[in-house]
Amino acid sequence: MEHQVVEGSKPVTVPALDPTITARGVNVFYGDKQAIFDVDVDVPRNAITSFIGPSGCGKSTFLRCINRMNDTIPICTVTGDIRIDGEDIYDPRLDVVELRARVGMVFQKPNPFPKSIYENIAYGPRIHGLTRSKKELDELVEKCLEKAGLLKEVKDRMNEPGTGLSGGQQQRLCIARAIATRPEVILMDEPCSALDPIATAKVEELMEELKENYTIIIVTHSMQQAARVSQRTAFFHLGKLVENGDTRQIFTNPSDKRTQDYITGRFG
Amino acid sequence: MTDTQSGLLSSQHDWSSAAARKRVKRRYAADRRLQFYGIGAIALSILLLGVLFSSLMFTGYVAFYTTKVALEVPFAADQFDKDKLGDANYRGIAKTAFLTYFPEVTSRAEQRNLVKIMSSGAPYIIRDFVVANPDRIGSTVTIQVPVSDPFDQLYKGVIPRYIDALGQDRIALFEKLQRRNVIKIEGGKAFAATDIFVNPAEIPDGDITKADLHGMVREGFAAYYPKQTSRAYQEILAEDASTQVLRAKIEAEPGIVGKTVTLMLPLAPAYDELARTGASKIVNPRFGDKAEFVWFDKLISAGAISTPFTWELFTNADSRYPELAGLAGALSGSFFALLVCFLLSFPIGIATAVYLEEFAPKNKWTDLVEVNINNLAAVPSVVFGLLGLALFINTFGLPRSAPLVGGMVLALMTLPTIIVATRAALKGVPPSIREAALGVGASKHQVMLHHVIPLSLPGILTGTIIGLAQALGETAPLLLIGMNAFIPSIENMGLTQPAMALPTQIFSWADSPERGFVSRTSAAIMVLLGFLVIMNILAVYLRRKFERKW
Amino acid sequence: MPEHTVKSYEEELSLLDTKISRMGGLAEHNLAQAFDALQRRDARQAELVIVADHAIDVLERDVEEQVIEIIARRQPMANDLRHVIGALRITSDLERIGDLAKNIGKRAAAIAEVSHPKPVISGLSQMAELALKQLKMVLDAYAERDAELALKVWRDDQKIDATYNSLFRELLTYMMEDPRNIGLSTHLLFGAKNLERVGDHTTNIAETVFYLVRGEAISDDRPKGEDTTMARLAEHG
Repeated sequence: MEHQVVEGSKPVTVPALDPTITARGVNVFYGDKQAIFDVDVDVPRNAITSFIGPSGCGKSTFLRCINRMNDTIPICTVTGDIRIDGEDIYDPRLDVVELRARVGMVFQKPNPFPKSIYENIAYGPRIHGLTRSKKELDELVEKCLEKAGLLKEVKDRMNEPGTGLSGGQQQRLCIARAIATRPEVILMDEPCSALDPIATAKVEELMEELKENYTIIIVTHSMQQAARVSQRTAFFHLGKLVENGDTRQIFTNPSDKRTQDYITGRFG
Repeated sequence: MTDTQSGLLSSQHDWSSAAARKRVKRRYAADRRLQFYGIGAIALSILLLGVLFSSLMFTGYVAFYTTKVALEVPFAADQFDKDKLGDANYRGIAKTAFLTYFPEVTSRAEQRNLVKIMSSGAPYIIRDFVVANPDRIGSTVTIQVPVSDPFDQLYKGVIPRYIDALGQDRIALFEKLQRRNVIKIEGGKAFAATDIFVNPAEIPDGDITKADLHGMVREGFAAYYPKQTSRAYQEILAEDASTQVLRAKIEAEPGIVGKTVTLMLPLAPAYDELARTGASKIVNPRFGDKAEFVWFDKLISAGAISTPFTWELFTNADSRYPELAGLAGALSGSFFALLVCFLLSFPIGIATAVYLEEFAPKNKWTDLVEVNINNLAAVPSVVFGLLGLALFINTFGLPRSAPLVGGMVLALMTLPTIIVATRAALKGVPPSIREAALGVGASKHQVMLHHVIPLSLPGILTGTIIGLAQALGETAPLLLIGMNAFIPSIENMGLTQPAMALPTQIFSWADSPERGFVSRTSAAIMVLLGFLVIMNILAVYLRRKFERKW
Repeated sequence: MPEHTVKSYEEELSLLDTKISRMGGLAEHNLAQAFDALQRRDARQAELVIVADHAIDVLERDVEEQVIEIIARRQPMANDLRHVIGALRITSDLERIGDLAKNIGKRAAAIAEVSHPKPVISGLSQMAELALKQLKMVLDAYAERDAELALKVWRDDQKIDATYNSLFRELLTYMMEDPRNIGLSTHLLFGAKNLERVGDHTTNIAETVFYLVRGEAISDDRPKGEDTTMARLAEHG
């Protein structure tokens, strides 16, 4: 008997236990154009949540709401309620700069600063005054590199430019940089789209390890990647959240017809 | 195949048909033509540039060495007052030293002419030497002093001793007369055999003193040329002398009145010489007379003349005498003006560009500002000069001719260049770097100061240097604010002192009549171009060195 | 073989192997217990075997789900793909072996009250031993990824078939001797048939293991030992 999937008007959301991030009724506008419609999402703690969906579905836009990266676009307005550990991140009293230190971000294209490997990681802690001494900073840098699985590869060339590393190493350097400010949440915006499969596998393995200590959200074009790395998946379509639930369930037995059509390549 | 559309698509196109081959040929020809136009344009510009540079070098290189004469100057102790070393009779000392080469010349008038061979700056050179080396008083010192401009140019071969007195067309006319055997040479002098009708009507009352002899001579000679008004022919005769000949003839033989007589009329000196020697050279009017050549040749054969490198071109200030004129004043004026220009335009330009690029909201006002900045770059520089004159000098009462004002005016001109270059450099920093910095929690100013500006610095510096190079070559606004003051001394240079700049110096030298300034002008242009090239190379170097790859 | 960069994938694959070897162990154990119960006419133990089969079924579903998840989430390729597909096929064979053991258990319970003819039992026990040995070997072959061993198992299946043939004839003779023996003999015949089927599933597993390791099917024709189906019936019919 074939499993019945229906196209619902309401998103199918399986609530997450102990969510780090809760978003309720989030709308995003670019000028007059609405990019995100009334999205409710829970992001569970110490797990990887992936946002998937076709291009222009709003998944990246929504991701950028979580560290208020959208603030840098003048015509962008965000309404609704996004909380990290119960704290409203759009509270006017909240300092955006501090938020961005607490919510690390890794971008599509590896974008290390054109400075030394050491400086790349030390920059964040330094501007936020996270360490008291040079020694402490050195330790922090080393620890971040180790966590990112990069220490062995770059140990002897900490003062060489970060841009001299390979693409995959650069992206892991960016991840190390993101964790250097001791964030609770790491946002990854298609972190592997510029990498080859081996580098991708290394980054995915790193994510797997990091999820023990961090709440990770990854936006990805690759459904396979979402299936591989994440425990929870949220499917966006046309700015709306269609389905949000267990990755296993979404990829083996989605509840919404649109999700099924998308993940099986029957869209449109 | 019922459908024509699919028929069109499915039938094979014949790529080897004659029409197709022709099409290919045409396309290749068009490609080649386009390439040829480009190469032609580049070749033309390289050619023109080559002509410009080679003519500059050709006329300018001689200014880099100076013809100098070595003077054996005996510094007798009694000639100097220890406290007023500068007040001794240096003119006399120089003159005496110079005249030792010519013991045979004794007449005062000749000596006066003789000393003109030496530059009139010689006494000052000796004075400066004494003031700098007072310990040498009592000994005899060999000092090189420049010769005066005509002899400098003569020695360098820029101007000849003799110059052509007649042009080619005049010589051609004269040769025509020679072919008709009109010109005769008798007793080392040339004459024109001319039939003159001694018209009684022109001699009122038979009084020869009232006769129009000029008219008669002119009329007689006019038979050799068809056009009544050809002045060229009229120049050939020495008219006054010819009239004398006619008068003498009439007085000697009164019977010829009413008859036609053939007279040998003397020629004007240049034609006389042309008839006798075949050349019409005269002593170059820049020199007094032939005696000076003899004296100068004697100096040369005595080994007193040398041609060292013209350090004076860089160490001397301006002078009325080309052999003494240097660029030091102009260089310092340009330096101060550029310094002011840099100090004003660099921070203001960067601040403006950073604000417009990174912080300004996009609205009508910022659009207006932006358009105006771009237009500012197109405003003719002379307008900035007028603005400087009206605003800085007349309204603010800043000193005229000062590098301060010059720098301010140049800063106005350089600003748009710097702003546009800075904005382009800021735009060139990939957004990923900004995102990265924002992503680790850098604030806006940290993103700018720590990342974006350092990364765009090569671009900013390049723009600034190119803007400054433009400012260095700018003439019109500096002329308007009077930065073409004649500054004969470099002792008093400063921001508010009257000054000269390189381009205005070139302008003023180019305007000077002395022959030596022609090569000096070219040399100054070479120096200016040299600075521009150095600045541009610096810009390229900075860009290469700090350019980053991502 | 080098490990996968993503360790959790590696772990998932080895978990699959663990589950399969546990399943194999259970199937082996159940089969041994069932035959033991038959041999010793222990109805209670037979009941236990029947109940124990449930655990195998649960494991099979578990492996199936895991395989689907791996295919959905990891998109296995090449040897990984053969691994998960092979696992799926092996579990289904093991589940069948479990079912056959249960069946033997049921028959053991049914004939526990009746004494069994000695020669038949000894033939049957020889067959059971062979089947168990084959099963154990094929599980080893899977665990060790040993294609040669799998090939050996595959070839040795004809011994079981041969034993089954002789047992078949023996039971036929026994039934002809005395029609009262027919009930018992039928049960025993079915038991023997079950053991023969175990051998066939073991062969299937051996084929799967060979494919898993070499990436190709076993090429030579398997010597077919079991020929009771038509020929003998014709003789007696």
